[in-house]
Amino acid sequence: MEAVAVNRQCFDQPKFRLAGDRGLLVEFGDAITPEINQTVRAMTFALETAAVPGVREVIPTYRSVVIVYDPLTTAPSRLEPRILSLFGGLARIEAPPPKESVIPVCYGGEYGPDIAFVAAHNRIGIDDVIRLHAEPRYPIYMLGFSPGFPFLGGLSEKLHTPRLTSPRTRVPAGSVGIANNQTGIYPIASPGGWQLIGRSPVRLFDLERPNPFLLSAGDTLRFEPITPDEYRRCAGGGQDD
Amino acid sequence: MTDIFEVLSPGAYTTVQDLGRFGWQRFGVPPSGMLDDFAGSIANMLVGNPNTAALLELTVSGPALKVLAPATIALTGADMSFSINAAPVSGWRTVPVKAGDTVSVGTAKSGCRGYLAVSQGIDVPLVMDSRSCYVGAAIGGFKGRPLQAGDCLRRCPGAIDHPARRVPEALVPAYPAEITLRAIPGPQDDFFDHGLDVFFNAWFTVSPQADRMGCRLQGPVISQIAAMPQSIISEPSLPGGVQIPQDGQPIILLCEQTVGGYTKIATVISSDIWRVAQALPGDRIRFERIGMDAAHAVFRSQASLLERIRHEMNLPEAEQRSRRDGPNPVAIDWNAPDVLDKLIHWLYQT
Repeated sequence: MEAVAVNRQCFDQPKFRLAGDRGLLVEFGDAITPEINQTVRAMTFALETAAVPGVREVIPTYRSVVIVYDPLTTAPSRLEPRILSLFGGLARIEAPPPKESVIPVCYGGEYGPDIAFVAAHNRIGIDDVIRLHAEPRYPIYMLGFSPGFPFLGGLSEKLHTPRLTSPRTRVPAGSVGIANNQTGIYPIASPGGWQLIGRSPVRLFDLERPNPFLLSAGDTLRFEPITPDEYRRCAGGGQDD
Repeated sequence: MTDIFEVLSPGAYTTVQDLGRFGWQRFGVPPSGMLDDFAGSIANMLVGNPNTAALLELTVSGPALKVLAPATIALTGADMSFSINAAPVSGWRTVPVKAGDTVSVGTAKSGCRGYLAVSQGIDVPLVMDSRSCYVGAAIGGFKGRPLQAGDCLRRCPGAIDHPARRVPEALVPAYPAEITLRAIPGPQDDFFDHGLDVFFNAWFTVSPQADRMGCRLQGPVISQIAAMPQSIISEPSLPGGVQIPQDGQPIILLCEQTVGGYTKIATVISSDIWRVAQALPGDRIRFERIGMDAAHAVFRSQASLLERIRHEMNLPEAEQRSRRDGPNPVAIDWNAPDVLDKLIHWLYQT
């Protein structure tokens, strides 16, 4: 319990919210912090390990988990005490350490057409954009919006940049972008309004792999700058753009 | 694998769907699947398919298909004109077809989505354990997209010698232009006070912006408590969640949405999502508050109703005919809150 109780950003007790007749939302705090997300991660692991009857899906998010359950088997009145008891034992649960993924990125040039705008907006050089963006270890708070799209925390304040005034109709897969205080990677080609600063040859979502998803909520991610030559070698013409 | 249909014209928006893709939302993949799983499940039952089989979901207007091999088909859901070689046939019953036939489905007279099932089910590759098409990410279904003229569909292997079956007329749902949806307040009902009264008392109109992601409504503005934040930290969206964006006009989230940051005043119960699936732009919707226990009772009723319809389907045609010749069953109001109980009662009393 200590690990949770000492972190005053977490609620003392999880807060339950009803999400219809087959969804239960469990909130652990009301901010985006690594500490609250750590509780989310531990609870997700605890729920999966406990294999609670009737639980069909556990969806971890920034500061909550959504439990999708089978109403023929269980109900919030049965799930809530179970979750409270798991919460009480979280300190004793040893979730596996977060996995760190290194995402190679070719910054600027044809792959990052907006990098000069991001630099100018923040009154720094393009080299500073690359250094500041490739420096942190970003927590992956959740995945969503499109398959495998990571919602990352921890973007340097010196890189915050508003979205494009008019979104592009097609952003190539692998594009790395910035929108306000967020940074992320487009797993598939899609329309998008983020400022593009680079592109990765790594596929975050690939149906040819046994696990199509490279990233998981609760893990961490770093960006590593590569040259255009390295990008082309890695992509091998296979990147969907 | 047998080639079964060549698409002559695709209809407005025709996709391959099964019950959905579950367990992947944490990776950003929405469930997808047949939006009216009630009508879709019955279409599969009619042609003798397991409930996991894939079928075609038709939207507002249906396709014209050239039949390439003998099969049994059935159309359920929206009331769409339906013909084989230009001769009208009825929905909600099995229809045998042979190679060379042309199946045509026209525009919906009531309801919005039709379900065309073929014996053994449409065969497209399983993607993350489902055949459902999610057009947003171009996965599942036929090449991840709605059907186009010239596409060639296959069915899964297996015998197609199914008995003639039909759904008793009294069990065919009506799709009225005014519907009531039962909803459980939350997850963010505490962000509203007077707004909850407006939500549960007013009529809303379905806007033209209604698709598989969400159904936008127009009506009186639902305002939040002024002191509460206008948005929340993004969290998963589940089908039925009613999100209230800044303009105060509700959006019923459906099966192709994974996350959202708007507050959700209430959630339509899963047993009523099919009514949203069948609502057309211009139709009117009101919401009725329901508690968790009552919602779960409705869920159980709907599950057992499907089981009982399945039981009915397995009856030989003769026995069904004798039922139809029996006393005329009471007219069924599909919007009555206790409709399912009445149906079950009817099934056992008639």
